[in-house]
Amino acid sequence: MNREKYTTENKEETKMPVITFREALRQAMDEEMARDDRVFLLGEEVAQYNGAYKVTQGLWEKYGDKRVVDTPITEEGFTGLGVGAAMVGLRPIVEWMTFNFALMAYDQVVSNAAKTRYMSGGQFKLPMVMRGPNGPAEYLAAQHSQALQSIFAHIPGLKVVSPSTPYDAKGLLKTSIRDDNPVIFLEGELMYAWKGEVPEEEYLIPLGKADVKREGSDLTIVSYGKPMRISFEAAEKLAKEGINAEVIDLRSIKPLDEEAVYASVRKTHRCVIVEESWPFASVGSHLGWLISKNAFDYLDAPVEMVASEEVPMPYNHRLELAVQPQVPKIVAAAKKVLYLDD
Amino acid sequence: MSLVKKYGKETSLSLLQNMLLMRRFEEKAGQMYGLRKIGGFCHLYIGQEAVAAGTIGALDLKSDYVIGAYRDHGHALAVGMDPKEIMAELYGKASGCSKGKGGSMHMYSDEKHMLGGNGIVGSQIPVGTGVAWKIKYMEEKGVVLCYFGDGAIHQGAFHESLNLAKIHDLPIIYIVENNQYGMGTDFKRVSSVHDLAQMGYAYDIPGKQLNGMQVMEVYDEFVKAVKSVREEPHPLFYEIKTYRYRGHSMSDPAKYRTPEELEEYKQQDPIPILLKQLQEEKFITEKEYKKMDDEIKAICDESVDFAEKSPEPDLSALYEDVFAEA
Repeated sequence: MNREKYTTENKEETKMPVITFREALRQAMDEEMARDDRVFLLGEEVAQYNGAYKVTQGLWEKYGDKRVVDTPITEEGFTGLGVGAAMVGLRPIVEWMTFNFALMAYDQVVSNAAKTRYMSGGQFKLPMVMRGPNGPAEYLAAQHSQALQSIFAHIPGLKVVSPSTPYDAKGLLKTSIRDDNPVIFLEGELMYAWKGEVPEEEYLIPLGKADVKREGSDLTIVSYGKPMRISFEAAEKLAKEGINAEVIDLRSIKPLDEEAVYASVRKTHRCVIVEESWPFASVGSHLGWLISKNAFDYLDAPVEMVASEEVPMPYNHRLELAVQPQVPKIVAAAKKVLYLDD
Repeated sequence: MSLVKKYGKETSLSLLQNMLLMRRFEEKAGQMYGLRKIGGFCHLYIGQEAVAAGTIGALDLKSDYVIGAYRDHGHALAVGMDPKEIMAELYGKASGCSKGKGGSMHMYSDEKHMLGGNGIVGSQIPVGTGVAWKIKYMEEKGVVLCYFGDGAIHQGAFHESLNLAKIHDLPIIYIVENNQYGMGTDFKRVSSVHDLAQMGYAYDIPGKQLNGMQVMEVYDEFVKAVKSVREEPHPLFYEIKTYRYRGHSMSDPAKYRTPEELEEYKQQDPIPILLKQLQEEKFITEKEYKKMDDEIKAICDESVDFAEKSPEPDLSALYEDVFAEA
């Protein structure tokens, strides 16, 4: 379990190489491009500039113009190009510089990537990955700082994946690239520098399999993606007060590993969901409903949720932090489900 | 030498047959829609037959692809899809080309390289561009014909696609089927440019305007265009001027145009025009034409019969085809 401790510091006596989140993503793409000629990468600044966040650094040098393609700033156009290429057998990785710009491509994702297979009665596969940083960063204001997973998770026909560690990022991205369906792959600008152990030998992580990142017995904290780190920190803090939280990382939102959550709730009887999107019609609110429906008899308290405030993101740092989930908010929610309100 | 003579009896007759099949099929579809056998949106291709017939007639669908918008029954017939499975799709039956999950706007055939059938105006244009990307990426010799209406040409998807296609010299021919009305709006009221063929020039793609009521002219141009793209991948752009005799969809009485205008275009009906050209070359007699028409009507009747008798999809089909299994 230690490999996923959410720390940027090198641990003593590490057996595996410690690399950053962005390096893990790069390794995944590199390995899959080497493995399969049909995999190619396109997006803004992915080639000669080496990626806006340096995720694709070196790939253009290695694979050339044909397979690492700089696009104009036309998300609808190049995402749709990816859909067409996938429909006839290629396996594109579309990088969105951020998910904020993916809104320009939303029609292609919803109308074409997600639905072509169904509308054609199963005649076509759409093996493509659409990836990039999602969620709030810092000092970017409302248009550039938002978590948009719910609007993708809402659409049947899409898989939605959200890793929280370099280890998971690599294993999940490799699996996503090999998947024959459109996969929305959520990264985080502030996560790219996170470090973690990643083995040298090849591994894959299946989609739809949650991971118990910390075992506990008093309550279940469920999260995914970037807020996994503060969820973990909250659990450590609670531990100092003698509260033993189990922390579950969904890893993929769609497919959703409901059973892993129920199994934990059956054990702890209490649950806090943490996510950085807005709570209205969100992944977390849906999961809250599922738990109340399918594990009702096991619950000793209503499910709590820590999400972002229902406001566009302000620029001011104090305000923007107040919008988002933070460790004290999670600790407070944990105490609430334990009826330990201060 | 006339174009009919240039391409010979067999080719010219097959274009006639193809157009007539579209005409009779659509008449039948309209009739069945009236009987409420077909639901939802249903956009008939009547009047525009020469566009699909003349362009797709120039393709080799082993290597080439077709993708278009929601007025897609004609294109589906032109690529050689079985009228039975098209009619069954209109009926929403399990035997339809898309198992009854697509309907009128979503005719697909992987085998015939018919990639839809897209219901969002302009949304297919980037997708078609991606298909051309694959052809070039795999170093194949194919060509994509990507169709859309005059209503789609102002969408960003069109402009973004032409730019991408030109940057990468993709083997794709963009075709705006200008039937002159985006739903009920005269295209001139909503387009700053009335000569739509010019719109490719912004992306350094020369455009050309064709008369879409003259199937032989369309075919002749596309034989050359497809050959040039096949030999050396590059994008082309055509505005094909055409006219739909029916409303935008079955629910549209088309009151925005005058009876005189409709009559004027009916004088340019592509089917009688080609028939006359064929008769001038003595490629077909009145009697032979009547026989061809009767045979085609029988095919359309059979397609209705097939659709009527086909089973509804099983409820379990609801959950199938959402995802490809590993």
